Amino acid sequence: MFRSYPPQIVLEAVLNGLLTGAVYALVAFGLTLVYGVLHIINFAHGAMLTLAMFAVLVAHIGFGIDPYLAILPLTPLFFAFGYGLQRFVISPASRNDDGAILLVTLGLSIVLENLLLAIFRSDTRTLTLDYSFSVVDTGFALLSLPRVIGFGVALIVAAALWAILALTDTGKAIRAVAKEKLGASLVGIDVNHIYAVTFGLGAATLAVAACLLMPSFYVNPRVGNAFVLVAFTVVVLGGMGSIAGALVGGLVIGVVESLSGLYLGESLGQIGIFLIFILVLLFRPTGLFGAKA
Amino acid sequence: MSSGTFAAYRPILIAIAALAALPLAVPLLVGAGLFAGPNTFYNLMIFILIITLAAQGWNIAGGYGGQFSFGHAAFFGTGAYAQAVLQTRYGVNAWVALPLAMALGGLVGALIGLLAFRARLRGSYFALVTLAFAEVFRILANATPITGGAAGTLVPLRIGFGQMQFDAPAAFFYLALAFVAVVLILNRLLERSRFGAWLVAVRENEDAARALGVDTLTVKLKAITLSAAVTAVAGALYTQKFLYVDANIAYGAWISVEALLAPIVGGIGTVFGPLIGAVALIGLGEAAKTVIHAAFGSAVPGVDLVVYGLLLVVVIAFAPRGLIGLLRTRGGR
Amino acid sequence: MTAWNETTRRSLLKSGAAGAAILSAPGLVRAQAAPVKLGILQPVTGALAQDGEYGRLGAQLAIDDINKSGGIKSLGGAMIEMVFGDARSSPEAGSQEVEKMHAEGVSAIVGGFASPICLAASQAASRYDIAYAVDVGVSDQIVSRGLKNTFRFGPGFGAVTRAAIDNLVKLNDAAGKPARTVVLVHEDGLFGSGLAKLMNDRLSALGFQILETIPHPTPARDMSNVALRIRALNPDIVIPSSYYSEFVLLARTMQQQRIRPKGIYAVLNGAASNFRFVREFPDAANNVMDCNHWADPRKPKTAELRRQVEATGRFWLYNVPLNYSSVRLVADAIERSGSRDRIKIIEAMATSTFADHIMPYGPTKFENGQNTAAAPVNTQVQNGDIKVIFPDTFADAKAVFPVTG
Repeated sequence: MFRSYPPQIVLEAVLNGLLTGAVYALVAFGLTLVYGVLHIINFAHGAMLTLAMFAVLVAHIGFGIDPYLAILPLTPLFFAFGYGLQRFVISPASRNDDGAILLVTLGLSIVLENLLLAIFRSDTRTLTLDYSFSVVDTGFALLSLPRVIGFGVALIVAAALWAILALTDTGKAIRAVAKEKLGASLVGIDVNHIYAVTFGLGAATLAVAACLLMPSFYVNPRVGNAFVLVAFTVVVLGGMGSIAGALVGGLVIGVVESLSGLYLGESLGQIGIFLIFILVLLFRPTGLFGAKA
Repeated sequence: MSSGTFAAYRPILIAIAALAALPLAVPLLVGAGLFAGPNTFYNLMIFILIITLAAQGWNIAGGYGGQFSFGHAAFFGTGAYAQAVLQTRYGVNAWVALPLAMALGGLVGALIGLLAFRARLRGSYFALVTLAFAEVFRILANATPITGGAAGTLVPLRIGFGQMQFDAPAAFFYLALAFVAVVLILNRLLERSRFGAWLVAVRENEDAARALGVDTLTVKLKAITLSAAVTAVAGALYTQKFLYVDANIAYGAWISVEALLAPIVGGIGTVFGPLIGAVALIGLGEAAKTVIHAAFGSAVPGVDLVVYGLLLVVVIAFAPRGLIGLLRTRGGR
Repeated sequence: MTAWNETTRRSLLKSGAAGAAILSAPGLVRAQAAPVKLGILQPVTGALAQDGEYGRLGAQLAIDDINKSGGIKSLGGAMIEMVFGDARSSPEAGSQEVEKMHAEGVSAIVGGFASPICLAASQAASRYDIAYAVDVGVSDQIVSRGLKNTFRFGPGFGAVTRAAIDNLVKLNDAAGKPARTVVLVHEDGLFGSGLAKLMNDRLSALGFQILETIPHPTPARDMSNVALRIRALNPDIVIPSSYYSEFVLLARTMQQQRIRPKGIYAVLNGAASNFRFVREFPDAANNVMDCNHWADPRKPKTAELRRQVEATGRFWLYNVPLNYSSVRLVADAIERSGSRDRIKIIEAMATSTFADHIMPYGPTKFENGQNTAAAPVNTQVQNGDIKVIFPDTFADAKAVFPVTG
């Protein structure tokens, strides 16, 4: 089963892994942000990604908006959606209790997935755009243009999120709530508002991820599930709550998956991700960038 | 047995008796239009009891011990596969295979527990590592010949008591009920034992428990082993009921979710929580399907599940400590 | 409704010679004979929702056609009433629906789609001697375990693989043996893995060299590395066997990476015989061959049904004709048995010689529940259409192989 590949193939596999990993990072940003601040695992994350991808589809088919341009309206729209969802549904229904949040987000994922099924039906759809098949010729490898764009925007989103958290007042409040909820509320920070803002930011990054995915991927009512598990591994690898960690974690997981796929086959190669995941948890549970628990 | 001891078990015995007597009420339920026929009832109840058992297993480590697992599929699947493979490949009798399936499930639980607890994983970290193990098992089971690989393992249909395959659906109902009943009693025993007290102490404050001299590692290991063994029995029963397993059925995320959903909805860390939760969740799902189907037809797929999801959120919003908490508050007033 | 109608109906019912009158007046028939209930089981929610939806569509169209042409004539023109059950993409939900269908008094059940659902559902139906017609479920375990009630109208995956291999050899021989090296790409579930195993066993003996067998999970997030390995190995033929989404990703990446083997020869592929794929990716789809279930293009009903499906904004997938034909097969058995009795329907199914279907099979002949007349066909996407290239008897196009340029 193990065979040796010429260096060029290995190098290309690494490049593919980096491009895929950037998407993983994009999907993981929201998850890690929400985990870092609210300390919850959002089970509706995958369904929200699916929703965003259908939104891109509708924007393109219904309104003729290019997926990349759709970032402009969809990002604020999804921020508002995420904010509202946390503030008016998840928080009141769960009273911020861990077990209850788990169930509420699970319930929401069932609702979203099947609502999309009822509306759009079960067909797998794709967008065909002028640039869908465009490639960047690096001289030794042909890289898919949409995936290269996705990689670049993922870096920009990481930088933007980092800037929001580090430089703005809201960002400082988010970090304060993440560290010490009680203390933050004592100094006058509206914890519920900050929770909702964080959730909104998570949803907004999903909207960006959806816009970047659609030119080279497909959408059906269950598509988000494909990314959730891998996003969890990225979050753990990077350290829960760390944006930089999610970026590096995403890229690492992308490359690991790519190489283990190359040597073990795509199928068994999936084990590579989970073994890395288990090993990281067992030996360095705070992840690459996480603070000490 | 002193009167105090008996009092502690009385609700459990009443519940078991009520469940055992349920078949008597089947004609009424069918007459009232709740079930299309007696076997519709049995089939649903058998599935509910299998999920209850899986959830009861989860509840031992997750409910009493506070060790939230997202990967009980690893134990359910081991039980399911062991039950199928022992019979088809090694000619083991179904009744002999079942305790072996339970033991293998327990062993897997002990191993995962040993790795995870030695590394001091708690909370979400423990949850995610169990999830990863379940996925590793799923991928391996799909690729190795002993499990039948992707084709899965089919247990030959040979109806007979010796094969644990019954002609009368009521027989399987009572078999599943017997296991659920044993675990109900076991849970109460656990609650009243020193081990149970330690387990709860670990959940409430592990550091404090350790400071008081509790060997927390051993307590957690015992809990996860027992937890896994119970859930493995659920897997073995699934195999006997449906006579077919593949990697997605046995080690799929669906069962990890069912196993943790039922206790949380019913009442986490309580004797009856998993049972109440499983009845409510699966009952709700069926009811939504039947009502929506009757009212709107089945032309638009997914509507019943949308309703189910919404109801789930509503239930959680109004039952903070699970459905059992709701019952208790009402009863107390 | 007029009073005249009421009286006529009653007197007709009483009259022993009603049969002849009923046949000549199908309008009256509807209210007379109680409908025959037919269970249609499909996964319309969950992972398999797409296939379930198209399966239900096919069954619905068949029931509509049968009812429009007078229902089951041997039962006094009884209409067929669909009792639909959503299998929710899981065996346990499938078997629960069978229990409900039994309680509702169905005479037979059609459907299941996925092999695990078919296994559980046919077993549950066997308890009540309900005839169960598998629509797709390609696992050969379904019909080999001795259930008397279980019939599969379409080919199992053993038969499909044999046909695929035979036709590949014919195709290659006819073109002067341009192809020798092969890469297999398959989904890692039941049919993909089983197929790869059979292919590996047999293709080498037939003079082909299998360079690599690449399994992939479903869903797969990225097929770039599969394309990369194909490019490095540079095989003459790529044999993919995957579900819709994964094949779309692969075909798209291969086009992007300018990988152009002499042929893409798919087997039981979710996309290569799907008009959505052909429409959305005309270039990537062009010249892709598939060995799969497919309706008989010679039969006029095929074109008519396809128009009907496309008029509702749906695509023409193999699930539609397979379910359409399976429902008609069951209706024919009920017609011949002249009974609602389940055992009699099973007996009628077992001796079926049903030929009025739209699959390219000829008269039905069941052996241990498997229709031995069933066979897959080879299709090829040619300039925006899906054409049949094998078997020669009813091919409507010549194979383009090897693909050049």
